[in-house]
Amino acid sequence: MKRRDRFAASFKLPELTYRVWKVWQRDFDVFMKTWKVNFFPPLLEPIFYLVALGYGLGGFVSNIEGLPYIQFIAPALVAISVMNSSFFECTYGSFVRMYYQKTFDGIITTPINVEEVIAGELLWGATRSLVSSTIVLGVVAAFGLISSPLFILIPPIAFLGGLMFSSIGMCFTAIAPNIDFFNYPGFLFITPMFLLSNTFFPFSRFPPALQTFALAVLPLVHQVTLTRGLMLGNLESLLLLSIIWIAAVTIFFFILSINLMKRRLIK
Amino acid sequence: MPEVLIRAENLTKKYDDFLAVDKIDFEVFKAECCGFLGPNGAGKTTTIKMIHCVLPLTSGSLAVAGMNVSEKPREIKKMIGVAPQEENLDPDFTVIMNLLVYARYFDIPKPEALKCAEKLLKFSQLEEKRNVIIDQLSTGMKRRLILARALINEPQILLLDEPTTGLDPQARHLIWDKVRSLKKQGVTIILTTHYMDEAAELCDRTLIMDHGKIIEEGKPAELVKKHVGEDVLEMDYDPEVMKVLQEKFPEARLEMVGDRIRVFTAQPHGVFEDFLRDFPTKGATIRNANLEDVFLKLTGRQLRE
Repeated sequence: MKRRDRFAASFKLPELTYRVWKVWQRDFDVFMKTWKVNFFPPLLEPIFYLVALGYGLGGFVSNIEGLPYIQFIAPALVAISVMNSSFFECTYGSFVRMYYQKTFDGIITTPINVEEVIAGELLWGATRSLVSSTIVLGVVAAFGLISSPLFILIPPIAFLGGLMFSSIGMCFTAIAPNIDFFNYPGFLFITPMFLLSNTFFPFSRFPPALQTFALAVLPLVHQVTLTRGLMLGNLESLLLLSIIWIAAVTIFFFILSINLMKRRLIK
Repeated sequence: MPEVLIRAENLTKKYDDFLAVDKIDFEVFKAECCGFLGPNGAGKTTTIKMIHCVLPLTSGSLAVAGMNVSEKPREIKKMIGVAPQEENLDPDFTVIMNLLVYARYFDIPKPEALKCAEKLLKFSQLEEKRNVIIDQLSTGMKRRLILARALINEPQILLLDEPTTGLDPQARHLIWDKVRSLKKQGVTIILTTHYMDEAAELCDRTLIMDHGKIIEEGKPAELVKKHVGEDVLEMDYDPEVMKVLQEKFPEARLEMVGDRIRVFTAQPHGVFEDFLRDFPTKGATIRNANLEDVFLKLTGRQLRE
């Protein structure tokens, strides 16, 4: 049987039990050992952006869609931190644990199976998104940029979005020949998304075809839409579309990434 | 008859273009120490990994404690402790945390895990390293911690994949002591090794593998007697001496390695002494035949005259 056929034949829904949380707990314990260092970047980074772009650049920018520039970018900063923390946790972080530390090899000799190891990693990535973006949200709140009580729904949405970016990142981890490989998705996927997803300037600058394309394929667009809507209290129908889009993409990549990792780890 | 704990029938593992394990049959009995010997790439580690359910079989059957490895991996993994060849301790944690986090993977409650971990630190003589990060341990300490970690779930079966590779003699002997004491406690041990003295020292029974097949099996002492006799005569190569040897020991196996001749014979103890009395030869030594002689004979690399 060819490699591809074998993969197709063995493709299945992952068998998961409560043991997923044992893997999550392992990562959580490591994180808490150095929590001060881990809390620093999500605390400082948004301050720099808000000051430099919001106050600095914002002074030259007229209102965007009726919003002061700083208020336009604030939700984007939260959404970007969702993307970055989980994507990099499940690419560089997971790759180091898998390849250099052989942590996964150690875990699968216990009653925990490989699917549960990967699912635990994905949930951990989502948790990192939740933690980081909640800190960013706190900074944004301190700047007085939150105008709707619906903002309390942002953390659960961050967890969901985190699971999506974790799962996408884990697919790259499953095919990465070495750690430098992550430069490709970093610069070809994450960086353009960071700049082009309705984050620092509005979508309406794009021709309609490009807008449709971005809506169809860029996950960050939907994370930004949801975060902005909840922060400002604009409940529009686009929010429903975004949440369905994220849920569907998350399920797809969650299952795909576990199967790809299984192929990589179990020969 | 002792109870069979592990039974493999026609066990096969095939990769795309490589047959790692080729239709092997074997049994491992309860409370024995069974050694898998073989050159690199013989299929030892692959077999071990199939026993503890992390590698799926290509064909054949493999049962541990009566349970099929493809059907009951969790139940089987619960009763097995694994000390892998490759060091995979968790570098993000200290010594004690490595044991505790591992215990958690087995669902061992915290107080019990702590008690067990303390006991194992003592057993592996790592008490003083309790709160040291893995990076700062010596190779020998790491091996001991890997052994301790493999025991955290109080396994009935212990898989030791090259437990002493790269260790100095002191560290090796310490591991051997631990393995012996575990054997006494009734733990079934499967050991792979490249060191024949280690196998002879620890194993009740050995299986010799080569090219994915089991080519011989038996008690170390019996294998030595069967394949290489009791004594080995070694001397420098000399065509004259060679001729005399061939006349004197027509049934003997003469082996040349480098510029030394080794003579193996099935004849009883003492024949070589008689020979050397009649033909005193410089640099000749008589030594006991050992498992390494068997290994080299069976797995090749010898040049026969």
